Amino acid sequence: MKQKTTGIVLSQREIAPAVFDLWLETALAREARPGQFIGVYPKDRSTLLPRPISICEVREDRKALRIVYRVAGQGTREFSAYREGERVELLGVLGNGFPVEQGKGKRVFLMGGGIGIPPMLELAKALKEQKEEQRDIQKAGQGQGQEQGQGSGEGLGAEKENDNGVISSIMGYRDSQTFLKEDLERYSRVVIATEDGSVGTKGNVMDAIRENGLEADVIFACGPMPMLRAIKAYAAEKGIPAYISLEEHMACGVGACLGCVVKTREKDPHSHVNNARICTDGPVFEAGEVEI
Amino acid sequence: MAEVWNPDLSTEIAGVKFKNPVMTASGTFGSGMEYGEFVDLNRLGAVVTKGVSNMPWPGNPTPRVAEVYGGMLNAIGLQNPGIDVFLERDIPFLKQYDTKIIVNVCGKSVKDYVEVVERLGEESAVALLEINVSCPNVKEGAIAFGQKTDALYEITSELKKHARQPIMMKLSPNVTDIGEMARAAEAAGADALSLINTITGMKIDIHRRKFALANKTGGMSGPAIKPIAVRMVYQAAQAVKIPILGMGGIATAEDAVEFLLAGASAVSVGAMNFVDPYATVEVIDGIEEYMRKYHVGKISDLIGAVR
Repeated sequence: MKQKTTGIVLSQREIAPAVFDLWLETALAREARPGQFIGVYPKDRSTLLPRPISICEVREDRKALRIVYRVAGQGTREFSAYREGERVELLGVLGNGFPVEQGKGKRVFLMGGGIGIPPMLELAKALKEQKEEQRDIQKAGQGQGQEQGQGSGEGLGAEKENDNGVISSIMGYRDSQTFLKEDLERYSRVVIATEDGSVGTKGNVMDAIRENGLEADVIFACGPMPMLRAIKAYAAEKGIPAYISLEEHMACGVGACLGCVVKTREKDPHSHVNNARICTDGPVFEAGEVEI
Repeated sequence: MAEVWNPDLSTEIAGVKFKNPVMTASGTFGSGMEYGEFVDLNRLGAVVTKGVSNMPWPGNPTPRVAEVYGGMLNAIGLQNPGIDVFLERDIPFLKQYDTKIIVNVCGKSVKDYVEVVERLGEESAVALLEINVSCPNVKEGAIAFGQKTDALYEITSELKKHARQPIMMKLSPNVTDIGEMARAAEAAGADALSLINTITGMKIDIHRRKFALANKTGGMSGPAIKPIAVRMVYQAAQAVKIPILGMGGIATAEDAVEFLLAGASAVSVGAMNFVDPYATVEVIDGIEEYMRKYHVGKISDLIGAVR
C-alpha cells in the first residue's frame, strides 16, 4: 500500500560530480521492486512537491533503500546536504516496476543513460536472482535419481560464467565518471559508452551495442528521451520487446492530477483518451505501446 | 472538572447537508480512487470530482505541471474520460462511501454543459453540481463564461433551467471585480458559489529558454495564493447571500478556519493533497480541535464571523 512515511538517512556520498548516493532506512523498502520510485519531500516549504526518484537498490533485509540522483534544482540540492540521521518525508512505493519475469531465460540488455542508470542496478540484481532460482530448479530436476552433490563443483563455475554473460548492462555516461559500474558488474556484464570517449565506446549506448556486436531477446531501459526513442526503433527493427521507464514532471505521483501523461497507442482503461499516467500506469511501458 | 465540548462540524450548502466542511478541490483528487489508498473517504464532507465533459477530452500536451515558489502551475487542460465513463465507473465507486458527491462540470459551449448537467440529473447520488466556468487552461469555453458578467449570467440561468441538483458556479480569480461576478451568478439563479479557481501564471526555464509548461500559461495553486483567495471569498461573501465553498492554498485547519471566518460555508483542499495525501483528514481534525479550543458550537458560528 502507498503511504507517506518518514525515512532516516543512513549514509550519503557524492559518487560523481553532482551525483549523490543516498541510503535511507524506510518501511518503503519492504515492498519496493526494481523500476519503482519514491517521492522525496524537500523540507523547505517553498518547494512543496515530492521529487520522484527511482529506486537504485533495496538492502537485503528490506529495511533500507538506496537512491542515486543528480542535483537538478532546489529540491535535490537540499537533499544533497543531508547527513546521517536526517529525517526525510517520503511517499511510496510509486509506480509499477520492470516486468522482471520477461527476462526469464533470455538474453537481456539493461540500457541506462546518465541518471537513468540507477534503477538498472536493482533490476540487474533481480534478474540475476531469477536466473539463479531457475538454475536451481533445473539442477534439482536434473539431480533427481542421482546422488546429491555429485559433480556439482566444476559445473557451477562454468555455468555461472555463461549466465553472467546473458545479462548485459549497456551504460551511457558523459565521461569517465562511471558511477555504479562496479555495482552493476556484480550482477551483469557491463559495457560502457561515453560521450567523450574516455571509457568504452565513444558515443551512446546504441553505438556500444553495434561496436561490440551484442544481441538480446529483451531490453529494459531508462534514460533520456532521445536514447529511449533510439531503443524503441531498434527493438522494433529487431522484433524484440523493450520495456522503457519514462520520466515527466509530476505533481501528485499517485495518479490523481493527470500531470504526467504519455500518449499511448491503445485507449487505456483509465483515461479513455490515449493518455496513460506515467506515475501509476508506468513509469515502465513496453516501447511499442507509447508514442514518444 | 473539565468541560467536554462536542462541536458540530456539519454544514450546509444550498440545502445539502455535509458532515463536515472539508472537501476536495476539483482536479486534485480525481474521483477519490487514488487518494482512497491514503485517506478514509467516508471522513470527507464531500468529494468534488475532476471536471467532466460531454465527451472525452484529451487535455494539453506535457509538461503540464511546474513547481513555483510556494505552489505550482498546472495546465492539464481538463483531460477527462467523458460523462459516459464517469457515470459507469466513477459514480458507482463514490457511492460506496458515506460522503457527498459534488460533480464538477465543464464544456466548450452552453450546449455541452447542458448535456452533462442533464445526464447528471438522472443520478440521484450526485448532491450538487459545481459548474466550471473558470478553467484557465482550455482555449474554448470554460473561462470565457467566467470572466464576463453577461456570459456568466447567461450560462448560469440556462443551466438552472436544466439542472435537477443545485448548481454552484466556480468563479475565476482572473477578474477585476469578484463581487460583480458573484452578483451576476446569484442574480441568474446560482444556488452557491465556489472560489477561487487557479490564478493564471507563467514560468520560464531560463536554462533551456523555454516555457516551463507546454501551454505556456498555467493555473497557479498552493499555499502562496491563499491570501488572494481569502480576500476574494470575503469580497464575494459581502456581495451575495448564497453560500460559498472557499478554496485556494488551504494547507492546514488554521487556513480552513480563515476561509470560514471570511464567509465560506465549506472549504476545499486542493494542491496540498499532492504534498500531504492525508491533508483533508488533518484539516477536519484540526477544525474540530480549533472549535474545542475556542468553544465554538457549530460551523455556522464561524461562517463570515469576521466582517
